[in-house]
Amino acid sequence: MNIALSLHDVWVEYGDLVVLERIKLDIEEGSFVSIIGPSGAGKSSLLRVLLGQEAPTRGSILLDDIPLKPECEPDRGVVFQRYSVFSHLSVLDNTLFGLECAQAPLMARLFGARRRVAVAEAEEMLVAVGLGDQLHLYPSQMSGGMQQRLAIAQALIKRPRILLLDEPFGALDPGIRSDMHALITRLWSEYSLTIIMVTHDIREAFSLGTRVLALDKTRQDPHAPHRYGASVVYDIPVTKKGALTKDVSVDAGDKTSVEVVSSITVDTTNNN
Amino acid sequence: MRWVNRRISRGNGLLLGAIPILLLVVVYLLVAADRNAINPNDKIFPLPGAMVQAMWGLVFEPDQLSGRLLFWADTLASLQRLGIGIGISALSALLVGLMLGILPPVRATFGMLVTGIAVIPPIALLPILFITFGLGETAKVALIVIGIAPFMTRDIAAHIGGLPREQIVKAQTLGASTWQLMLRVALPLAMPRLIQGMRLSLGPAWVFLISAEAIASDIGLGYRIFLVRRYLAMDVILPYVAWIALLAATIDFILATSSRRLFPWAHGENR
Repeated sequence: MNIALSLHDVWVEYGDLVVLERIKLDIEEGSFVSIIGPSGAGKSSLLRVLLGQEAPTRGSILLDDIPLKPECEPDRGVVFQRYSVFSHLSVLDNTLFGLECAQAPLMARLFGARRRVAVAEAEEMLVAVGLGDQLHLYPSQMSGGMQQRLAIAQALIKRPRILLLDEPFGALDPGIRSDMHALITRLWSEYSLTIIMVTHDIREAFSLGTRVLALDKTRQDPHAPHRYGASVVYDIPVTKKGALTKDVSVDAGDKTSVEVVSSITVDTTNNN
Repeated sequence: MRWVNRRISRGNGLLLGAIPILLLVVVYLLVAADRNAINPNDKIFPLPGAMVQAMWGLVFEPDQLSGRLLFWADTLASLQRLGIGIGISALSALLVGLMLGILPPVRATFGMLVTGIAVIPPIALLPILFITFGLGETAKVALIVIGIAPFMTRDIAAHIGGLPREQIVKAQTLGASTWQLMLRVALPLAMPRLIQGMRLSLGPAWVFLISAEAIASDIGLGYRIFLVRRYLAMDVILPYVAWIALLAATIDFILATSSRRLFPWAHGENR
């Protein structure tokens, strides 16, 4: 498999505070990487660095062997837990936004035939996430689950090299959450995505991911707890039952995950 | 039932709202009738008949000197000053506020200046305005603009600056440039806030308008009130004040309605 993203000895520090240290990672194309870890272990910092929202203090990140600029670019899509969609745009306009930005630098709006082409593409994407019938609703009129579906469609229409998910299902009901798990698994295989997901939910991490990374501090100085940062303490490949085919159902993933969890120790109690 | 849980229906709400107003009117009429019984020439509490008589001339009869219907000319002049003042303020607040809110270099450069201007009492600048712009329309409009634009600007800047970081990041991951981000994300999100800012600024705007007209003018609602004050003409002042209140309430209503019409997403309306 190709390496899509590689981190070379990445450190993230804020003044004296070391958040992440010695992160060395290669993320393969087509993998679904879940990142777990206790609060304050730098999961969000890692995501921000991958997103380009901030630059690592040390080390380098290569996307397809090209160093990342410390700025968000359309090659990395993102879905946050909240505020991922624009409240002032309808479902369709939210999805069109990415296409309009690329094709209309000055107006950021498309008209006529070009708009019709873009609308067709957006509608197709919305149908894929199950929002085909809600094109003209505003986000405030939709449930949390529908908003996340929209956020995913909005990100995927740019065909990002990597899709970053920041606790995307954390605020949803359990029932809706399992629907969303099925959806993201399906999209992941249909669109051959490379996904990096930060989550609090260990079950979710193992059931969805093909690889689970646990972040935590390996060293502690009780007199200066801020002097040591977190790094990757577990790097667990998850082989799905019935292996090799990507579109394994979520349930099957669940069963494997239980086996994997029982064989290692992961700090579940401090996890929120 | 606890008072905090009492829900008032629309009809009852209107009824309840009318009670204190009617009560005030009745108290006024009682006091006025009482004083008129003692002194039929009382000027402080004119009866409605006297008000109608005094206003009749202003509303329907052309002024002997200028040939204008003074009441309507006053209204038009004042509304024009107010409209231009609020319009310029809103436009500049939107432009400057957007840039201050979303572009860190602009905020670093001009943020302190805008804050500094905002804390100056506008009336203290009135002499400077009169000296620079003369006593004409420009000075009056400028007073309104100086009075309310800094507040509106800071309000917009704070609102845009406080947008969830996620929104700005998301737009960039969708390929938006700074310009596209401002045009398609920040500007529309600022619009309902701008209208709200205009509604809040309407009160101060009237204060500055009336002040400017009172000090140097030859027409306008504020000018008329301060002119007839010399003759203790409460029969003109009271109707004028009521008219100003009605105008202000109407403008506020129009702004609120247009905001709900134009930006339904900002008002959480489920339709």
